[in-house]
Amino acid sequence: MTRYESLEASLGHTPLIGLPKLSPKTEAGKPAVRLWAKLEDRNPTGSIKDRTAIAMIDDAERTGKLKPGATILEPTSGNTGISLAMIAKVRGYRLICVMPENTSIERTQLLEMWGAKIIYSPAAGGSNEAVRVAKELAAENKDWVFLYQYGNPANTLAHYNGTGPEIFVDLPTITHFVAGLGTTGTLMGAGKYLREKNPDIAIIAAEPRYGEVVYGLRNLDAGFVPELYDASVITRRFSVGAEDSVRRVKELLEVEGIFSGISTGAILHAALGVAKECVDAGVGADIAFIVCDGGWKYLSTGIYGKDGDSEVLDGQLWA
Amino acid sequence: MSASTSASAIEVRIPTILRPFTNGEKIVSADATNLAELISALDKSYTGLGERLLENGELRRFINIYINDEDVRFMGSLTATLKAGDSVTILPAVAGGC
Repeated sequence: MTRYESLEASLGHTPLIGLPKLSPKTEAGKPAVRLWAKLEDRNPTGSIKDRTAIAMIDDAERTGKLKPGATILEPTSGNTGISLAMIAKVRGYRLICVMPENTSIERTQLLEMWGAKIIYSPAAGGSNEAVRVAKELAAENKDWVFLYQYGNPANTLAHYNGTGPEIFVDLPTITHFVAGLGTTGTLMGAGKYLREKNPDIAIIAAEPRYGEVVYGLRNLDAGFVPELYDASVITRRFSVGAEDSVRRVKELLEVEGIFSGISTGAILHAALGVAKECVDAGVGADIAFIVCDGGWKYLSTGIYGKDGDSEVLDGQLWA
Repeated sequence: MSASTSASAIEVRIPTILRPFTNGEKIVSADATNLAELISALDKSYTGLGERLLENGELRRFINIYINDEDVRFMGSLTATLKAGDSVTILPAVAGGC
C-alpha cells in the first residue's frame, strides 16, 4: 500500500536496503556477514525524528496536555525540531526550538520555513546548553508544552512500536542492531523490542564524538545522561569522531550510492567494526543499522566535496 | 613506574575540564593492566584526578571512559583490561544532538 491520507500518515515503513558491495567479503565456506541500511530519510520531513515528533505530539494530545493553538517548546540540534515544525504547522500549534548556535545553516532555514521560532543556546556545551535553556524556559512559561524528547517515554515507544518491529519483520535473522545515541530513544525502543524477540541480538550504540567545544562544560556536575537511557538494553557502545564519520559517509556514497547525513557515518563505522569482528571469528551476521537522515542538511559544511575535510566540523554539532 | 614517563604504554586523552589536574596536558600516559590500575597510576602523578573520575569506588555518572573508542561500562568498567598501545579517552557525558 503506497497511498496515504496525509503526509503524516506516510510515517515509517522505511525500506531496509542491502549493501552487497560494502558488506565484508568472507572466505569460501564461511557464513555471510551482511549489512543492511534502514533508510529513515524516507520519512515525511526526511529524518528518523519524524517518528519521535509524531509520537510525542499524539501522546500529548491524547493525554490532554496539548490543546488547540498551544505553544510547544523543545531543545533540539535540528532534526526533531524540523519534524515538530512540520507537524505543528499542519495541526495548528506554535513551536519554539532551543537550538545550539553551532549547527548547519540548513537547519535554521528548514525550521523557519515551517514557521518555528528559534532561540539559540551557546555553542560551548552543545546540546547540554540547549537542554538547560529549554528547561529554564519551561519552568518560566508554564503554559508552554514541553515535550522533551530526552525524557519523554513516547519517544522510546515510537521505536518500540515502529522501528523495531519493522526491522524484525524485514530481517528475522538479524544478529546486530546499530544506531546512534542521542536521546537514546531509538536504541532503547527498537533495542528493547528486538531483544524481546531474540535475546541474542546485540544492540550497538554509536555515539558521536564532537570537537572540544561541545564538551566545554562549566563543571562535571553539568554533565547529562538522558532520562530515557537504560544501559541494560545496550550490549556495546562506541564513540566515533568526525574523521571516521566523514570517511564512512563518503564510502557509503561512493560504494553503495546512498547519500546520508554525517551521524550515519558514525553508525556505519561502528557497524563495519562489528562486521569485521564477525568475519574474523568466522560467524555469520545480519547487521541492521540506521541511516538517520540524508546529507542535504549538511551540504553547507563542505564535507561532501572532493576535498571536504572533517576538520571543518570541529566546532559544530554535526549529529 | 611514574604515570608520566615516556616509556609508558597507554595513552590517555584528558578533556578540557580535567586539564587543570594535568598541568594543561591534553594527552598523558601511564602503565596499567586494567582501568582501576590506570586511574590509580594517573592519580599518583596528577593528585586529585582520581577523585574526579571515581565516586564510592565506581565511575562517576557524568564521566565516560573509552578504551580504543569503546565505552568501558560495557567492558567490565574498572576491571576492563588494558594492554600496551591501547588508547584511552576520558569525556564528560553530554547530550547528543537530535
